[in-house]
Amino acid sequence: MADTKRPLSPHLQVYKWQVQMMSSIIHRATGIALAVGSLLVVAGLLHLAAGEDSFNHFKGVIGSPIGMVLLFGWSWSLFYHLCNGIRHLVQDAGLGYEIPQFVRSSWLSVIGSVVLTVLVWAYVLSAGGAA
Amino acid sequence: MNAKETVVKDRRNPLKIARGLGSSQSGVEHWWTQRLTAAALVLLGIWFVVTVLCLLHADYATARASVAKPWNALLLIAFVLTMFWHAVLGLQVVIEDYVHTRWKEVVLLVAIKFLAVLGALASVLAVLRIALTP
Repeated sequence: MADTKRPLSPHLQVYKWQVQMMSSIIHRATGIALAVGSLLVVAGLLHLAAGEDSFNHFKGVIGSPIGMVLLFGWSWSLFYHLCNGIRHLVQDAGLGYEIPQFVRSSWLSVIGSVVLTVLVWAYVLSAGGAA
Repeated sequence: MNAKETVVKDRRNPLKIARGLGSSQSGVEHWWTQRLTAAALVLLGIWFVVTVLCLLHADYATARASVAKPWNALLLIAFVLTMFWHAVLGLQVVIEDYVHTRWKEVVLLVAIKFLAVLGALASVLAVLRIALTP
């Protein structure tokens, strides 16, 4: 990095909190979380291919309390990244750039992801827990 | 050899040397591939979640039989490849944005690509093994 003493551009603490900046930051954070979570998909497939004992061991791990908490986090990350990803694709098409629309679609991503997560886990818990 | 000699040797116009460098060749490629894989993952991701939810409480034989179905095996391989591709493109941008020490940046960029290729190959091999062994 350059070690010049030039003034820095305005940074986070200067700005008032807005939902649009959260939706953007969370999109990155959930993206990183999901990249780590992709290893769980690999692990699941490898255990399924390796045989019954191995698969049951995998089921035991993801069905444990820690496993369920991680799965809950990953499921919300997935739904948030999905909702906000669709929002970004729509914006890439040039739509929704009016400020009220931008704020509304940010909230839509957040609320939509929570609703989807709750629905999926209501189904999972009503069926008697994961795995 | 000093700079002046170099200039004398090279009779091309500076613009001729600069043209074709920078983002004009493949600048949009990364951006576009990220969107393309994103669009694919909207469909494949929803399919994956539904498939996993249908396999809730499934025993080993049921889960294996489900993955072995031709359509499921095909879509699963498509999902895994697209997922790792999209993950590498996204992580690459994050690393380029936040890691400011050049050698660390390069090491991380190479490491995520190695990991993603290994993960994708391992997943494909696992699906094929399940789908092709009776």
